[in-house]
Amino acid sequence: MAEPGALRLIATLAVLAGALAFPFLASGYHMYQGAQVLIYAIALLGLNLLTGFNGQLSLGHGAFFAIGGYGAAILVARLGLPYWLAIPIASLVCFGAGFLFGFPALRFGGLYLALATFALAVATPQMLAYKGFDAYTGGSQGVSLMKPRAPFGLPLSADQWLYLVCLFCAAVLYWAARNLVRGRVGRALIAIRDQPIAAETMGVNAALYKTTCFGVSALYAGVAGGLSAIVVGFVSPDSFGLSLSLSFLVGIVVGGLASLGGVVFGALFIEFVPNLADQLSVNFGESAKALPGAIYGVLLILAMAGMPTGVAGALRAAANYAMRGLFSSPARTS
Amino acid sequence: MLTRRSFLQTSAAAAAIAAGARSAFADTPGVTDTEIKIGQTMPYSGPASAYGVDGKAEIAYFRMVNDMGGVNGRKINLISLDDGYSPPKTVEQVRRLVEQEQVAFLFSTLGTAPNAAIRQYCNDNKVPQLFVATGASMFSDPQHFPWTIGALLPNYQTEARIFARHILKTKSDAKIGVLYQNDSFGKDYLIGLKDGLGADHAGMVTTEASYETSEPTIDSQIVTLQGSGADVLVIAATPKFAAQAIRKAFDLGWTPARYMTNVSQSIASVMKPAGLEKSKGVITGAYGKDPTDARWKDDAGFKQYAAFIAKYMSPNDLIDANAEYGFGAAATMTQVLKQCGNDLSRENVMRQAANLKDLELPTLLPGIKVNTSPDNFSPIRQEQLARFNGESWELFGELLMG
Repeated sequence: MAEPGALRLIATLAVLAGALAFPFLASGYHMYQGAQVLIYAIALLGLNLLTGFNGQLSLGHGAFFAIGGYGAAILVARLGLPYWLAIPIASLVCFGAGFLFGFPALRFGGLYLALATFALAVATPQMLAYKGFDAYTGGSQGVSLMKPRAPFGLPLSADQWLYLVCLFCAAVLYWAARNLVRGRVGRALIAIRDQPIAAETMGVNAALYKTTCFGVSALYAGVAGGLSAIVVGFVSPDSFGLSLSLSFLVGIVVGGLASLGGVVFGALFIEFVPNLADQLSVNFGESAKALPGAIYGVLLILAMAGMPTGVAGALRAAANYAMRGLFSSPARTS
Repeated sequence: MLTRRSFLQTSAAAAAIAAGARSAFADTPGVTDTEIKIGQTMPYSGPASAYGVDGKAEIAYFRMVNDMGGVNGRKINLISLDDGYSPPKTVEQVRRLVEQEQVAFLFSTLGTAPNAAIRQYCNDNKVPQLFVATGASMFSDPQHFPWTIGALLPNYQTEARIFARHILKTKSDAKIGVLYQNDSFGKDYLIGLKDGLGADHAGMVTTEASYETSEPTIDSQIVTLQGSGADVLVIAATPKFAAQAIRKAFDLGWTPARYMTNVSQSIASVMKPAGLEKSKGVITGAYGKDPTDARWKDDAGFKQYAAFIAKYMSPNDLIDANAEYGFGAAATMTQVLKQCGNDLSRENVMRQAANLKDLELPTLLPGIKVNTSPDNFSPIRQEQLARFNGESWELFGELLMG
């Protein structure tokens, strides 16, 4: 009988192989979409560590995404740093910001933390447009960046190269997150989520784990934001509105809470369902152009009604069902 | 008499023209013998979705043009995609339009940040980005961005220059205080005002006070401006703050000449909250026919617009400034395509977009004309001043150029 673990490994390798082949088969436009999916997946990994595994609800991850994006854009456009240096620096800044925000977050639980982080998401676009930072942030007009070319004379287009950079970051960060949640740290994070008092009795330093988890989660969002700035070639306060933070939350819930593989589905949902909603609204006549928001809502409700534990949960249930059908019945007869 | 030689010459020339025209189609994506495919992004969802009416009006206008046979036998097919006013989405949708849908060019993409995000892409790929729907002056920069042309409205700097000229003419010893919103809109205003006054008179601006949109009130800025002894107040503020400024200045007993941006000329959302009595005498700039003003009821141009709304849109859209804007923009676009004739190459579309001469639109004030040239990418640069009489705006004086 095939081990579920082996199946998962095969699935992971198949996804990776597909993702590697993609830039050599797709058009530039589809590669841009692919890069967006990978960027969202990285941000969702971070949010899932925090919300899915550690139980801290954040409605404000767009803020860390914005810090990463603006950080990278300013380092590249104003200070002339190369992007491969700018993104790590910007994401370390995000780690610091997240870690510090983790302290007041300790005092809030559940919905109260959601509100506190929500405030962060509301404040960010206005902070970015603040007059005092104009020289760096470009105010409401934002910062434009040139697209980097592939280095070492590699025969890759800018789109292919950027896609592969995103894929590399996503793979490394996925691997890191996987190792993190599988070991001692992961058990501690989950214990704090499920039984905080028991966890502390067992000697888990809840404060340290929670703040560090916030920092790591923000770091993921920062990497995603930095990559986004480079791939889009532009940042402005409008790029990081409230809806971005909310879409991250939608992404981890649709993908599956506390499922690292699920983030891919969450990212696909964030990227493609708004487009689908726009296309569908055309069917309601030319005057129905105001409908994409409503159709998006209906699609979201359908997704949650059909898959209450997210895509990852639905796949797991389907796999279990298939396994029982294939392997269990002969076992029962013997 | 038709000699053999002249016949040969003429037919050779005709063949050359035909070949030239054919190759122009073959080279230009989105253009066939029967269709011109063009694209745009619009915020149909998200925080700015009220502007979506602009896109709807443009789609409807081209439907009207197509019902009447199209332009030079070609139907206009406008693909209008939702970007939710999010720049990363705008980039994605524009790449889809250009690379997948193969549109000939972009028309009236909406918003300052969304357009800023795609400007480099359009210019790198030589795709015309025509009549962007935003008043920011950064999109009228033919030297650096020759494939991007500005909106069908006077940009903020233009209006500020017009105010400056009027101040110079009527009150040459004025001390000007400026209240401005701290963003590209407010700053464009400040730049335009100083530019209009000229280097010799730039000192007339004695005080500048800025505010953030997050501030609950701007009372202290008005007190500061009054304290500086200014006798002219320029209000470069969005509706809520403009209303506060008018009311506070009046309540302080301060009576400067007041010039207010036409962004805030709504009677319902600015003049009434400020107080109709207190608003008497405020001056603004106008360029379009206000659809709520009864004076245009029997105007031929306005009737044309009203007939369009009645047939192709919903009655509520009649008084929506975004619908009126979309009507004018689509009419201008149609004129550009007419001028292009059969050469619909991207180069020629851009050349004709920068070659509009004294075009009059049914929705513009009488005498205001659309003009572009290779070194002028601001299509509308005229306004007429209007004074509030306690009930409505009264146009006065001649058309001014900014």
